[in-house]
This record gives sequence, C-alpha cells and structure tokens, in this order.
Amino acid sequence: MATQHSQSAARIMMAPAVILLLGWMLVPLTMTLYFSFKKYLPLRGGDLGWVGFENYTRFVSSSSFWPAVATTLIIVGGVLVITIFLGVLLALLLDQPMWGQGVVRILVIAPFFVMPTVSGLVWKNMFMDPTNGFLAYMWRAFGAEPVQWLSQASMPSLIMIVSWQWLPFATLILLTAIQSLDSEQIEAAEMDGASWFSRFRFIILPHLSRAITVVLLIQTIFLLSIFAEIFVTTAGSFGTKTLTYLIFQRVLESQNVGLGSAGGVYAIILANIVAAFLIRIVGKNLDA
Amino acid sequence: MGQIHLKQVTKRFGEVEVISPLDLEIEDGEFVVFVGPSGCGKSTLLRLIAGLEDVSGGHIMIDGQDATEVPPAKRGLAMVFQSYALYPHMSVRKNIAFPLRMAGLDQAEQNRRVEDAAKVLNLTDYLDRRPGQLSGGQRQRVAIGRAIVREPAAFLFDEPLSNLDAALRVGMRLEISELHKRLSTTMIYVTHDQVEAMTMADKIVVLQAGVIEQVGSPLELYRKPRNTFVAGFIGSPTMNLLEGAEAAKHGAATIGIRPEHITISTEVGDWEGTVGVSEHLGSDTFFHINCPAFEKPLTVRASGELSLKYGAKVMLTPDLQHLHRFDAQGLRIE
Repeated sequence: MATQHSQSAARIMMAPAVILLLGWMLVPLTMTLYFSFKKYLPLRGGDLGWVGFENYTRFVSSSSFWPAVATTLIIVGGVLVITIFLGVLLALLLDQPMWGQGVVRILVIAPFFVMPTVSGLVWKNMFMDPTNGFLAYMWRAFGAEPVQWLSQASMPSLIMIVSWQWLPFATLILLTAIQSLDSEQIEAAEMDGASWFSRFRFIILPHLSRAITVVLLIQTIFLLSIFAEIFVTTAGSFGTKTLTYLIFQRVLESQNVGLGSAGGVYAIILANIVAAFLIRIVGKNLDA
Repeated sequence: MGQIHLKQVTKRFGEVEVISPLDLEIEDGEFVVFVGPSGCGKSTLLRLIAGLEDVSGGHIMIDGQDATEVPPAKRGLAMVFQSYALYPHMSVRKNIAFPLRMAGLDQAEQNRRVEDAAKVLNLTDYLDRRPGQLSGGQRQRVAIGRAIVREPAAFLFDEPLSNLDAALRVGMRLEISELHKRLSTTMIYVTHDQVEAMTMADKIVVLQAGVIEQVGSPLELYRKPRNTFVAGFIGSPTMNLLEGAEAAKHGAATIGIRPEHITISTEVGDWEGTVGVSEHLGSDTFFHINCPAFEKPLTVRASGELSLKYGAKVMLTPDLQHLHRFDAQGLRIE
C-alpha cells in the first residue's frame, strides 16, 4: 500500500517539471511545423497564407542544401574522431600517477568552461589571425609563410576549434571510466603475458566501450547544432555553412521564416537519422 | 618444476618496511600457505614472487634461476586473484584461452587445452557464457582454469576463497586440494583464515608485520608453536594463554593450553571457575569459563553430551603433558 501511495505522490510531485519540459519542447516544435507550411516574410508582407509543401521543396532544391548537410556531417565526424582518439590518449596519460595531478586535471577540463563564442573569438583573433596570431608568429619563426587559417583551411580550423572545446568532456568521461577498471584485471593480463598494447587492446579498450558510446552520443547531439563557433569565425563562408547555419541565414538574413522552419524540420530528420545509426552501431554497448 | 627460493627478500614502500629481509625455501610440488592477520605482508610477499611488485632488496630464485628482474609473464607462474579478475567482456572460453592467445598458440591447441581445463573444472557447459552470468564458485573455477592452461611452474592464490559463502568455501577448499594432488604442481596460497591454512597446507608460513614467525607443517605448528603469536594464531578456538602466578609456577612468563587439553569436572580440579557462555556445536561444546585466578576467560572443549548451566561452579584440570611454556620474550621454552 505504502508503495502505491508513494508512487502516486511521486507522480504528482514530478508532474510540474514534466509538464514544463514537455511544453518547452512541444511549443517550439509545433510553431516550427506551423510556420513551415506558410509563406511568412516578416519584412515583406508578413503572413501570406498557406503554401503546402512548397517551403520543403524549395529548401532541398537550393544549391546550398546538400553542401550544408555534408559540412555538418564532416564537422561532427571530424570532431568525434579527434576528441575520442585524443581523449583516450589523454585519459591514459592522466591516469598515471604524477606530481600535481589535481592541477593538471583542472587545466585539462578548463576549455570546457569557456563559452563557445569566446573560444571562437580567441582562436580567431589570438591564434589564427594571419598577421598577429600566435600561429602566424610560429610559422614565421620557422621562416614559413603564415597560413590563412579560416579562409584557406576553413574546415580543418573549425574542426580544430570545436575539438579543443569538446576534448575535455571526452577526456573526463574516459578518465573516470579508466579509473573504474579493476587493477587486478590489468595485473592478471600482465601475468597472462599480454604486452602493453595487448592489455590496451583486449582489456582497457573493451572496458572503455561504454564510455566511448556515451561520449559519441552526447557529443553528436550537441555538435549537430553548433552555431556560435561558425558565427564568430567564418560567418558561414569558405564552405563552413552547416545546416543549422543555413537555417539561421534563411530566417534572419533572408527574412523567410517559412523556409527556415522547413529547414528546421529537415534538421530534426537528419538528427534522427544520425541518432538511429549511432544507436544501432554502438547502442548495444549500453545494454550490458 | 616449481622450486622457489627467496633470499633476503625485502620490500619497502618509501620509508616503511613491509617485508623485513626474509629467507624461504619452497620445494617442487609443495602446497605452501602464507597465513597471518591482515596487513602482515602476506599478499605483498606473493606479489613479489609473482613479479607484480619489485623487490627492494634480495633475490627470488625460481628453479635455480635468478628471477628477480624477470617480468611477471616470463616467470612461468600463474596467479588467481581475490576478485578473480576475469575479463568481463569475454566468454569463459576466451577468458581461459587468453594466456594461450597471448603466447601465440595456434587455434587447435588453444581449443584442446581449454576443453581439457574445462573438463577438469566442470565448466564444459558454461564455456560460452560471460563471467557476469556465473555464480561465485563458477567464476572462481574459471580463474583457476585460466591459470591451469598455462601449465605453470607454480600457482599463486591470493585469498581466492574470501569472496565465497561459507558452504562454497569448504567445497572449493577441497577442490583446490584435490587439484594439487592431481597436478602435483607447487602452489602458494595466501589466506588470513587459519582453518584454510591447517586443512590445505603441506607447509604453513606464519607471517606477522613482514616477519616470518614460523615455518612448518600444520601439525608441527599446532603442537610446537615457536612463540606466543603462532600459539594464539593457529588453532580454533584459540589456545588459552595465561600469565601471572600460574605461569610462574611452571617456570614461564606465559603458559599456553589448548581448549581440548583441559578437563572439566564439577568436583575435583586445579582451577576453580564459573561457566560463562557455552557454544554448542553438537559434537563438541566450547565453554567459556571465568576463573578468578586469570584475567581472561578460559575456553574449554568438552564432549557434546556435557551440559552445564550458566554460572555453574566447575573445576578445571590442565593436561600438563600438553602445556606450552613461553619466556618473557614470548619464545617457546622446551
């Protein structure tokens, strides 16, 4: 009886939060769907009535659509590969006993606390600036011609900036996972004649698979919608226009809310396709 | 072959000396048990032999070869860990085959050896399961299987039964003893449980604070403990250690008498006392007798037939033939 009472009490107590969250999600979603079927140009006549699927066909047939999808996937994929690879490496290093461990760990986490806009600007002006940037000085110190990072190598630069931001997150999750590995397992493998590489390949990596899955899923969710980093660095030029950025341009620069909303619905679909793939590939790691 | 000699082996963690220089000879085929209270350095000693810890001084000789600097995998020893240390993401088969795979044996030979080990350990039906799906005893057997397939010179067991429940522990104790008889390979077994030590060992090494207190067969240690520590540690219930006037009467600082060497009577005897708690085991009964002459209550073993009320007056007579005498340093007086 007590459990039944406390169950219903729990439901009532949780209801406000659930309703609030649901509303927070449903209102924008419904509005996006509503506007996507309308011709709505705020500065050029306002609401011009229903247009059916015209916004959807126009958005896809635009010459910027497929490049934007490709850019999005390249950025997400590139950042995932870099952060997970370096994250595992850093986690292995930070797991070693060393002097000043606490301070080093805080330093490693620090980039995560920098706001995306700020980190974008810092990278753009202090590191990647072709005349005054730190990297330009480095290049000149070796007698090389400075690279014009954000225009000549825009995509690698952007991937670098975003990876720098997300590496701490990956490192942190993977580090806690490594620390939870039973040291006797490593010792047993050592006694069984496994070399350092075999121990990593057969014991540590399988142990990390679940943490890697978590990093993969969480980062994908956030990376599909990166915006600030692009806005403050290239503003979508030099082939860095992601789907999110394209929608922003349609709604605010072209003042076409209907078209942008249709793009928003495509973005939802793309996110779900990516999520479905990821969950299918790596989701089984979360079962056990 | 599995002959292990320790020569002046020392281990220090920083300034703390956990193993004082010690010598120990373990002969081929022996079942040696390291026993002692927790923190006495018995696990550290085993890890030194395994090579998982580096010695701070001295030499470890395996089959006459100096193995002090040899990495763990090359020492030809197999270890069974307290937590079993099974690889959770591999099936039982892969777990057992892991050392063979690392050694680069071909698939057919791997399979043959795994099947053999599984047959010996009754694991054939579980080969395709994951460790997470097995009971404690089965996991223990997988861990032993992983050790057996390597055909090591010696097995090292680090408190392997401490995670099992009491009934299973007795069963596994027998199984390990039987395995030892069948393989007749050297086994070194670490435990804090003196019952395990008494029942399994050919040779017991009693350790305290990194020092070997006594080495000998179980009955040697039981009958002739070298000092008060061994006397108090080996045997269950523990030996009664008495000090004061009664000890002086026998020309010793401390005298020891085992519970089974005291006769209990209601009429005649040397020591007077009252019955405290009694523990009935069915076959035997252990009485705790409070004697005004001694500080601590005495434990006395009597037949299960005898029943005495709490607070009853009794007389006790020690069997002087089995009286152990120790000097002021706690060493045995012959």
